Amino acid sequence: MSETTQRFIPDRLESRWTSLLKSWETLLVAVAVFVFVVNALSSPYFLNAWNLSDATFNFTEKAMIAMAMALLIIAGEIDLSVAAIIALASTAMGLALQYGAGTPELVLVGLFVGLACGAFNGWLVTGFGLPSIVVTIGTMSLFRGIAYIILGDQAFTGYPADFAWFGQGYVWWVISFELVLFALVALFFGVLLHCTGFGRQVYAIGNNPTGALFSGVRVARVKFVLFLMTGLMSGLAAICLTARLGSTRPSIAFAWELEVVTMVVLGGVNILGGSGSIPGVFIAAIIMGLVTFGFGLANVPGIVMSIFTGLLLIAVIGAPILWHRLRGEKTLP
Amino acid sequence: MSIARKLLAAAATAAFTLAAAQAQAQDNVRIALVVKALGIGFFEAAHEGAQEAAKELGNVEVIYTGPTDTTAEGQIEVINSLIAQNVDAIAVSANDTDALVPTLKRAMDRGITVISWDSGVAPEGRQMHLNPSSNQLIGEMCVKMAADHLPEGGGDVAILSASATHTNQNNWIAEMKKVLPDYPGVNLVTTVYGDDLADKSYREAQGLIQSYPNLKAIIAPTSVGIVAAAQAVTDAGKIGEINVTGLGLPSEMAGHVKSGASKSFAIWNPIDLGYAATMIAYNLATGQATAEPGAEIDMGRVGTVTLDENREGAMAEPFVYDASNIDRFKDIF
Repeated sequence: MSETTQRFIPDRLESRWTSLLKSWETLLVAVAVFVFVVNALSSPYFLNAWNLSDATFNFTEKAMIAMAMALLIIAGEIDLSVAAIIALASTAMGLALQYGAGTPELVLVGLFVGLACGAFNGWLVTGFGLPSIVVTIGTMSLFRGIAYIILGDQAFTGYPADFAWFGQGYVWWVISFELVLFALVALFFGVLLHCTGFGRQVYAIGNNPTGALFSGVRVARVKFVLFLMTGLMSGLAAICLTARLGSTRPSIAFAWELEVVTMVVLGGVNILGGSGSIPGVFIAAIIMGLVTFGFGLANVPGIVMSIFTGLLLIAVIGAPILWHRLRGEKTLP
Repeated sequence: MSIARKLLAAAATAAFTLAAAQAQAQDNVRIALVVKALGIGFFEAAHEGAQEAAKELGNVEVIYTGPTDTTAEGQIEVINSLIAQNVDAIAVSANDTDALVPTLKRAMDRGITVISWDSGVAPEGRQMHLNPSSNQLIGEMCVKMAADHLPEGGGDVAILSASATHTNQNNWIAEMKKVLPDYPGVNLVTTVYGDDLADKSYREAQGLIQSYPNLKAIIAPTSVGIVAAAQAVTDAGKIGEINVTGLGLPSEMAGHVKSGASKSFAIWNPIDLGYAATMIAYNLATGQATAEPGAEIDMGRVGTVTLDENREGAMAEPFVYDASNIDRFKDIF
């Protein structure tokens, strides 16, 4: 520990404009514009209001969960059971339907099951101090397993027509209900993370949980609330997806947790916790949607999309490290 | 962020007409063959058949596409991008009977011909469905294959089915019993159930061999049962004495066909299926046929399909695989 390192301490912080220009979010906007232009040039069908509207359905449900997941990952935890929560919530809604539930009851059931699953995850993590990655891998199998036991190879269908509006309805012209809901969810989490004391506590916990605890932050309670919110968003996504599909199968939303985490990491959230922003995740979700849709229009096989996503993730995690190394060499000759 | 969104909105409205004009410039009939998932031999073979049909028709472009894993959500994304491209026809083998309905309805609203093949979509989500075969044709073929290889004067025949509650197998067995009077040499002695488990099917087949000394053929209308029965016959040293036939997969049966345990077996031919689906989609999209109950639609070299009251039809009797063609198909599925 006697080793000393030479540090470069600037006279003053970078100006607001410089830091904005260098920010991850600016880079993401540039990427989004680039993808948009490439798509527009390569496919004659891309620049069509209805087609772009259809394309938003590819990411809105996942992106709602990504908003809550961003806060959870910033706080140093993760929830890999989100897709399984969708399956369980959707199955519960299907069961409720069999007992004659109408649209309001279905929505309540979906939200309640999401909340309950989130509470269960939160209780296991904060109550027993278990690592969330292990707990939620377990509950991932548990929640989806219950859905499989209830449904087997069967499906629940026959959801009421007004329920379908949550997944297929349009608020105005090409603006779908799901898109509006996603925007509201993003706004809520943006304000919560960036403009409230709760948000600052989330950053504090992610950077140094022990330090946060000794500074009077109720670490366990904040984490529990974050798991609750992630569960609730999964329930909300379950309502939208079930309404969009008009049916429930236990394989619903299979492997979505990976895409949700990809959005969050691409959005600039540090996978180890402590930093990240909601606008970043918001743009990342749009980029993912644009790229998927662009590849779809070019009839590129889905596996290429998976390869692309994998490379993107590695690049996103690797780029900052490379950047710092390059900068480090400049300041420390 | 705001720049990206403004760009998105402005570009979307401005290019509305441009996209429409370019879409009409295409004069090829574009038929999309949407499969359960890419990378499955059965569907690759169907694609081969679709290309054959396209070559024969001349002005057809086949778009072969599908999700990376067999989910309804993945197929919806793919179909959305096909709607956006304004293809002329979509022929889909569905991962979910009900979940694709809202999306496919939208496709039909926009003037796209929609048919399902292999694995069907609920009637309101497609114009017609092409079954690979029918219960009656399958039942007839099973008895015919057994009768063809019986010694002079006939002999005892037993059925090894899946489970007593499997609807498909029960329907096929009922159809087999209906045609028995046409085959006086076939003396059906019993039906046993192996529950589609390899070990139980094997033991049931052993039991048949021991209980019926005059047994000349086993009909197993299940891909698990037929392999187990062929293995049991091989192990009992009864090759050449007892012929195993029924429904199976070429990849699993190739060895038993070569050893002679199975002289022939049947299953639908995926190449013909892709060919027929493409032919039907072309005829419907170009207005040469209408999908309505009772309609007869031309399928080129495969023949014609007659639609029932649910606008469903059977392509043909199952395709027979024997020593002459097993090598070609064993690598396909």
